[in-house]
Amino acid sequence: MCLAVPGRVLDIEDRDGTRMATVDFGGVVKEVCLEYLPDLRVGEYAVVHVGFALQRLDEESARRTLELFENLGLLQEEFGDPDEPDGPEGFGRSREEARR
Amino acid sequence: MKYIEEFQDPALAERLLGEIRAAVTRPWALMEVCGGQTHTIIRHGIDQLLPDEVELIHGPGCPVCVTPLEVIDKALEIASRPGVIFCSFGDMLRVPGTGRDLFQVRGEGGDVRVVYSPLDALRIARQNPGRQVVFFGIGFETTAPPNAMTVYQARRLGIPNFSLLVSHVRVPPAIEAIMRSPKCRVQGFLAAGHVCSVMGTGEYPELSERHRVPIVVTGFEPLDILEGVRRTVLQLERGEHSVENAYPRAVRPEGNPAARAMLDDVFEVTDRAWRGIGVIPDSGWRLSPRYREYDAEHRFQVTGIDTREPAACRSGEVLQGLLKPHECEAFGTVCTPRSPLGATMVSSEGACAAYYLYRRLDLPSAASRPLEGSPVV
Ligand code: SF4
Repeated sequence: MCLAVPGRVLDIEDRDGTRMATVDFGGVVKEVCLEYLPDLRVGEYAVVHVGFALQRLDEESARRTLELFENLGLLQEEFGDPDEPDGPEGFGRSREEARR
Repeated sequence: MKYIEEFQDPALAERLLGEIRAAVTRPWALMEVCGGQTHTIIRHGIDQLLPDEVELIHGPGCPVCVTPLEVIDKALEIASRPGVIFCSFGDMLRVPGTGRDLFQVRGEGGDVRVVYSPLDALRIARQNPGRQVVFFGIGFETTAPPNAMTVYQARRLGIPNFSLLVSHVRVPPAIEAIMRSPKCRVQGFLAAGHVCSVMGTGEYPELSERHRVPIVVTGFEPLDILEGVRRTVLQLERGEHSVENAYPRAVRPEGNPAARAMLDDVFEVTDRAWRGIGVIPDSGWRLSPRYREYDAEHRFQVTGIDTREPAACRSGEVLQGLLKPHECEAFGTVCTPRSPLGATMVSSEGACAAYYLYRRLDLPSAASRPLEGSPVV
């Protein structure tokens, strides 16, 4: 019930004085109330819960977080325990190199 | 789907796990507050991938599970009345009240309808002016603004036959209660990301400071959980405690000001009983006096309720992180999602249901982890 998922705004209209949008959730399209995010625009993503957009999903921030995760592995492979499993193949140094 | 799959990437998960393994030097017990996070953790086996030193204790953040029995019984009573259309989120229908559930009420002729959004209930009220339409308003800070909107709109549009049966709960007082419990083992919290999308992070520094406990606002995808764990463990290993936001793509420090203003207008803070746990001061919201006429409890005056919990159910201990679901004797035998004894077996966010869905086949052997290289069945 608590599920809230990101969706992309397809279009916006006023209904009975309430700001409503059609939002695309990876192919499933639903009606979403925008009263709590009145300045959300077509094309933007929002976190949607029980038919309400509750927060703008910041794409720039999502990208930065993923970049941070990418870089975390580097540190671990530099200083990590060689007996720990390596990262995915083809990334960084091989286990043999790390042992030297 | 954008911004979901990216945060499930196995290669990046391995990197985060590596960082956690590298950082951890001794045992730590962390609580994920939200049932949605419990669901992700059990579904993806994150608790089994983490180093043995890191234990995840499942918190009370499943709104379906903590809705008090008395309120469920009131819902059953109101839904049984002639002329009432009772609307609810789907996962409330199987929650056991004293002796029956909303499904049974429907089977006995009650007009019980499942809606996706609370605004659907309002629409049903407009379409049925001769009937009383009641919406079951449960949930944490995430669900409270959508539910608040219904009574605000009911008044604005003049829909007199709509009312809300309210049992909202708030996270910060629950964290306070958990930390005050003499049995508390929790050393760090993964705070519920979507609660903070609405409320912001302002309620947490004081809690973190007073109990000297790290609180890391955490999202719901596997990488989000791992990042929450990583940041909490790093703080604990350094002997620090502060509030961090590990879910910045959906959480701003100030939350959602429009939603918070609506909450302040429509609701007021009240003490609330949590099912299986007991009364936690200031842990709930009820309708403020300005909206009293839309309060279903006021409109229907349900009295004479005699609540009884099944004795075998230990969901109170599960909700407080004192017991893992499979340690309950009824788990998977007399208690299953099809015939649940307790609410924690009903909702997909309930810890018992999550264990039943994803762990039933490995249990009880999952308790003693298979050695590396042993066949995975
Ligand atoms: S397994 Fe069933 S009986 Fe046991 S605590 Fe969970 S809900 Fe209650």
